[in-house]
Amino acid sequence: MKSRDLENTLAIFKREFLSYFNSPVLYVIVVIYLLASMGFTFFFGRILDSDNASLTQPFFFWHPWIYIVLAPAVGMRMWSEEHRLGTFELLMTMPLSPWQAIIGKFIAAALVWFISIALTFPVVITICWLGNPDPGPIMTGYAASFLYALGCLAVTSAASAFTRSQVVCFIVSVALCLLLTLIGYPGIVDTVARTLPASLESIVRFVSYLSFLDHFYEMTKGIFVFRDVLYFLSVIVVALLVTHLGLRAKRA
Amino acid sequence: MIQVQNLRKVFGSKVAVDDVSFSVEKGQVLGFLGPNGAGKSTSMRMVTGYFRPTSGSIKVGGIDMLEDPELAKRSIGYLPENAPLYSDMTVASFLGFCAEIRGLRGAAKSKAIDRVLELCFLENVRNQSVDTLSKGYRHRTCFAQSIIHDPEVLILDEPTDGLDPNQKHEVRGLIKRMGETKAIIFSTHILEEVEAACSRAIIIDRGKIVADGTPDQLKKLVPGAHSLDEVFRSITRPDTVK
Repeated sequence: MKSRDLENTLAIFKREFLSYFNSPVLYVIVVIYLLASMGFTFFFGRILDSDNASLTQPFFFWHPWIYIVLAPAVGMRMWSEEHRLGTFELLMTMPLSPWQAIIGKFIAAALVWFISIALTFPVVITICWLGNPDPGPIMTGYAASFLYALGCLAVTSAASAFTRSQVVCFIVSVALCLLLTLIGYPGIVDTVARTLPASLESIVRFVSYLSFLDHFYEMTKGIFVFRDVLYFLSVIVVALLVTHLGLRAKRA
Repeated sequence: MIQVQNLRKVFGSKVAVDDVSFSVEKGQVLGFLGPNGAGKSTSMRMVTGYFRPTSGSIKVGGIDMLEDPELAKRSIGYLPENAPLYSDMTVASFLGFCAEIRGLRGAAKSKAIDRVLELCFLENVRNQSVDTLSKGYRHRTCFAQSIIHDPEVLILDEPTDGLDPNQKHEVRGLIKRMGETKAIIFSTHILEEVEAACSRAIIIDRGKIVADGTPDQLKKLVPGAHSLDEVFRSITRPDTVK
């Protein structure tokens, strides 16, 4: 990587990151995220009644469902807005490669999520104050949570490359994230495996293995397996490749 | 500076640009004329590296646009049609972003910003949000972006579109002044602009070049025509004609 590549990526990142904070949408999403994650933890997760100093069940368990809706809400403007404003044409006639722009934008959105997730720190303080939790599952839980958000963001990036409408991008991304989550939902997987002939069960298991959820739960249990991290990284790489294809199609 | 050869662009079954060749040297201002939908914008988008041509070659400053687009784009400044801007930025921060992508940093960057702000009469709106600008200011901000790195090649798609007569006059003067040291292509519907600012003009109709020459040569193309306007109307067909 040449220094010029890095500088261009950084310039895109900087503009994109600052523009998140110029719009009220981000603040709304962060507040909803914090309210939702805490609300689920205390009301549905019943963290105070569980008598168990662990965040896995009451806290991290709900994160995938929150990201399915909120990650696309953050990422939907990524490329759709460029298409709508026409700045995409400006950007693509400047001396930078599409990859520098794709990566710069993705990292900016990723940092937004990193900050949002970091802002849930009071729940960690609470659990440490109330009990004596095992730090391992908390750390892997946070890593899993962040990777889940990144996976959803990458899918949103891909969807936004194809449309100038943020609404279309949002709906398509939510649907895709939901699909990638539900194909690994234990209840659904078991039902499908039971209704289909036994010979197809290995295929059903394989499909469920491709879901976000499968790898997420493995990680939140406190087992930091390189395989699961690699899974999320490959999802991101594939989604960004699709983003690149989408942008190329727009310039056909 | 710009060499375009046998450029062709096909969208589906529609031929937008058909076998267009031209070249522009330093110190030349080339006017691009033609009815709406004739292929002016498409040609410009190919020269700036936004669209990939179906066939043909584009060289800017001796560098092939298709082989090394990043290098070729460095010497180009481009004002797209409708002057797109990031609506959530201020004028100065937008120009700062463009300068950074053009590789300008630190003192060189702030000097470049000050220079184009002055050149395009934008000092009053320096810290104003792009969202709140009037059309003339928006246009000039995007124009400022195209000259921030003092490029050798300038490509302007309808640079005077939507401006008031004073602003039009100003932009024409700017193009003419910069044309002394740069290679410029600009498209327009206003024919008096061609006479005011161009050293050469090309008329495109339905993707093909139908006339090429200095404004005076073009006038002699049609016997009995007194103005470019008459020439234009007699050699191009209105888009209602099949």
